[in-house]
Amino acid sequence: MPPIARRISSGFRRSSSEGDRLKVDLSSLTLATAAERLRRRELSSAELTEAALERIAQTEPRLHAFLTVSADEARSQAAAADARLARGEPLSSLDGVPLALKDVFLTRGVRTTAASRILESFVPPYDGTAVARLRARGAVFVGKTNCDEFAMGSSTENSAFGSTRNPWDLERVPGGSSGGSAVAVAAGQCLGALGTDTGGSIRLPAAYCGVVGLKPTYGRVSRYGIVDYASSLDQVGPFARDVQGAAILLEALAGHDPLDSTSASADVPRYASTLRPELGALRVGVPREYFQEGMQPEVESSVREAIAVLESLGASVENVSLPHARYAVATYYLIATAEASSNLARYDGIRYGRRASGASNLLETYSRSREEGFGAEVKRRIMLGTYALSAGYYDAYYGKAQKVRTLVRRDFEQAFERCDVLVAPTAPTTAFALGEKLDDPLAMYLSDVLTISVNLAGLPALSLPCGVDGEGLPIGLQLIGKPFGEQALLGAGYAYEQATDWHRQRPEEPS
Amino acid sequence: MKITREQVRHVAALARLALSAEEEETLASELEAILGYVATLDELDTEGVPPTAHALDTGPVFRDDEVRNGPQVEALLENAPDRAENFFRVPKIIE
Amino acid sequence: MTTFEAVIGLEVHAQLLTRSKLFCACSAEFGAPPNTHVCPVCAAFPGVLPVTNRQAVEFAIRAGLAAGSTIAPTSRWARKHYFYPDLPKAYQISMYEAPICIGGAVRFSDGGIDKQVRLVRIHLEEDAGKNIHDAQADASLVDLNRAGVPLLEIVSEPDLRSAAEAAAYLRALRSILQYLEVCDGNMEEGSFRCDANVSVRPAGSETLGTRAEIKNMNSFRSVERAIEHEIVRQIELVSSGGTVVQETRLWDADRDLTRSMRSKEFAHDYRYFPDPDLPPLVVDERWTEAVRRNLPELPAARRARFEKELGLPAYDAEVLTARRDVADYYEAALANHRNPKALANWVMESILRIVRERKLDERLRITRWPVAPGDLAELVALIDEATISGKIAKAVFDEMVATGKPPRTIVAERGLVQVTDGAAIGAAIDRVLGANPDKVAEYRAGKEKLFGFFVGQVMKATEGKANPQQVNELLKERLGAGA
Repeated sequence: MPPIARRISSGFRRSSSEGDRLKVDLSSLTLATAAERLRRRELSSAELTEAALERIAQTEPRLHAFLTVSADEARSQAAAADARLARGEPLSSLDGVPLALKDVFLTRGVRTTAASRILESFVPPYDGTAVARLRARGAVFVGKTNCDEFAMGSSTENSAFGSTRNPWDLERVPGGSSGGSAVAVAAGQCLGALGTDTGGSIRLPAAYCGVVGLKPTYGRVSRYGIVDYASSLDQVGPFARDVQGAAILLEALAGHDPLDSTSASADVPRYASTLRPELGALRVGVPREYFQEGMQPEVESSVREAIAVLESLGASVENVSLPHARYAVATYYLIATAEASSNLARYDGIRYGRRASGASNLLETYSRSREEGFGAEVKRRIMLGTYALSAGYYDAYYGKAQKVRTLVRRDFEQAFERCDVLVAPTAPTTAFALGEKLDDPLAMYLSDVLTISVNLAGLPALSLPCGVDGEGLPIGLQLIGKPFGEQALLGAGYAYEQATDWHRQRPEEPS
Repeated sequence: MKITREQVRHVAALARLALSAEEEETLASELEAILGYVATLDELDTEGVPPTAHALDTGPVFRDDEVRNGPQVEALLENAPDRAENFFRVPKIIE
Repeated sequence: MTTFEAVIGLEVHAQLLTRSKLFCACSAEFGAPPNTHVCPVCAAFPGVLPVTNRQAVEFAIRAGLAAGSTIAPTSRWARKHYFYPDLPKAYQISMYEAPICIGGAVRFSDGGIDKQVRLVRIHLEEDAGKNIHDAQADASLVDLNRAGVPLLEIVSEPDLRSAAEAAAYLRALRSILQYLEVCDGNMEEGSFRCDANVSVRPAGSETLGTRAEIKNMNSFRSVERAIEHEIVRQIELVSSGGTVVQETRLWDADRDLTRSMRSKEFAHDYRYFPDPDLPPLVVDERWTEAVRRNLPELPAARRARFEKELGLPAYDAEVLTARRDVADYYEAALANHRNPKALANWVMESILRIVRERKLDERLRITRWPVAPGDLAELVALIDEATISGKIAKAVFDEMVATGKPPRTIVAERGLVQVTDGAAIGAAIDRVLGANPDKVAEYRAGKEKLFGFFVGQVMKATEGKANPQQVNELLKERLGAGA
């Protein structure tokens, strides 16, 4: 089957229903180009925001990327942004730019559910730090996007409020857990979005949806105000059309937060303004364990082609080994579930969230609220995590996993002695079909095999589009960097991007 | 290793999850499969390897001993499923 | 018949006197309206994270150094899991395998008991909120004001052998914490709590018997009575062939007994693991040394100094150094007039009596004294100078308390200066003797107890101001002289 035609548009398209009126088409804008046009007052934030809201209304019935659309708030944010832009006093390059937030980001006054019934009506009394930073820079929030419940999953099928569909093929998953945010960017519903990545939850959906997704170094961005899943693995990161957009968002998000004891004090480089199309003398490592059998052939060939492009740009490439790679999924699923079982213990229906009705005593209040409020995958992970921490099993499970984690980290440290950046596919396959892996939790867990080690080691990693397969589904290239090596990552990604066309591809509009 | 329904019940009690009989059975086999998978970690000799409790070494992090928060009772109680004036309300706790 | 000995270890939870909570910037002050000292962090809302209060750590270091513990260069926060409405996160941030202070000891000398009790450890943890059970019939109410307040947990080795020793240890420990100004030690308000682990064994045995944990002792007296009662209960049980069950028992002050807690459905599996939201707690040498340099003189050392250098008897030294503010007050007075014993008496008998009556000692530090230390010193100086008699001094003291005026002013205003002029006293004596010739005759005839009558008359004639010793001497002289 021929690959799906890729549209490269000029930024405007004729509205089919209203004659000659020109409409803003977010699909053909990037975050950076939109910000530039806002600054030059060629476009207003109101226009961009209206276009986003309209696009959302038009596409949501088939995509279901959003759980909450905050149209009124977005419009008033846009109006305020336009006032500032008119005075020539923008708060930042993000002022007036419509963005979406995964529904694990607490937003004051706007429902935040973590895609769970247990938080179905929860309205937070505060903004998390990432949200507050973007708000302070004038960003416009169009809504909260769908995800796997409590960020636990690789397909967004674990949402309590229905799956999100992949705009490249509506019968396929967008990846997870940040599926909604990836789709929102891929389908032109907004210009950028935030997600969280604990085992690949930004990178995987970015790959499946053909957009850029960045997981920063652990501690680079504050975790204060995101619904915790696994504290030692969670990290906030951006989705965008292109590397520059991701860089602009990272720069706004990064930096020390006194409210997060695990946030880094390291200085924040000017990520967005230091991108160059030249690669320089980059040393690229290719981990042989990430090219094992079972990988979809087109994925491997696209990624190898991408490596060749990097070489042609001046990179030197060598094979490296991460010997403990095959233990990563097991390690992750012990650590993440243990931490999650602890972090989710607070959902008891007492101070907020859903409380089971008709509970006659305290014990029932707890047990039934949690039983009714949590979905199957969440319960599975809580059970596994509780077991891993329970008396008699700690050393064998959690204790052991934390030690293997050290071995995984050391693998990367050794590889980075000779390399600046590691390259691999983001996922072994392109997007799988809805329902395909739901009956086999382990098979689902293995979708993360190429992304998970990165979280164990706390490293930064970027996924960007590098091809499509025979079905026209996007393939993701993963670049892995040293701790606080986001500049090298973004630089390599940008150079690759400028030398190729994959970031301009768009899913076909349904007829 | 075999996971019995007894064990599932015990863990569910620790986690305050009122599982149905069906869930207990499904979880028993699912946990068994997953634990069987994670048993691959036993292949590794981790003698003398320190655990990674924290992905990043931030050094010690402190706060000054200042009161910065004022009362915010409404904001805190407005999501409460059950309240009595300015208290959270729960079924009677019997000592 | 076997004699048994009791083996007791105590676990104390002391609320620290920080302004804010352990992991958030809410006030740690007691007594506020419900849920007004609460924020999303201590209420465990989604997404919140803890940040450690440096002062709480410093207080822990202070306590550890005072007890001679080893301050761990690295200690770790651990999550301790259990479900209860007053524990919003469903885990308590505490310390488990790596506490901040290891070992140490508390020495005390109290009413004849002279002992050293070793400590196992001291660590920091957050307090839980409060459940209120008696406000509504079918519901309990939760107030999270106290949730997150910093606690110091101090665990002793089972070195105590009697309820009296346990109470003495507690008093000594509380005194140390008060001296360090890390805790106000108020058991009734709950800022100083104690659980006891009690077991018995045949006297002379080295192995420990099964222990029971006793909780809900809300005063020093309760602690002593509860432990006493538990010891008796266990001895009776074991003597009659029974075995002590390892369990938690609550002290019931109304019924004067301990009873088993049956409500715990599940054995506690706290599932401890290092808290991933908090980095390891690093305390370097510089910090420890800075705290050590600023340690105040501790109660035991101060008491020893009062005995040796000031020559005070053990009882006086003990009373005066039980509270740091009292000891400071005493020494402030002493700095103005050096009569240790006299000042000790005045402080113990007069000052402390008023302090107790007016409950001025309910807080950690008395800020308003009945009499300023300098004024008290002046009063004693006036007595020592023989400006006033001891009896007049008591009246002066009462007026000092009532008016706040210094003694010299009162003495001058009321003309209370002691009469020491021999001629004036002699004249008064002559007048009295002259007015009572028959009594003089009776006295001289042998009725010696009339002496007191004459003294009284002379004092009346001099408005109480005559120097009593001189009155005695001169009266003896005049009466002794023949008719």
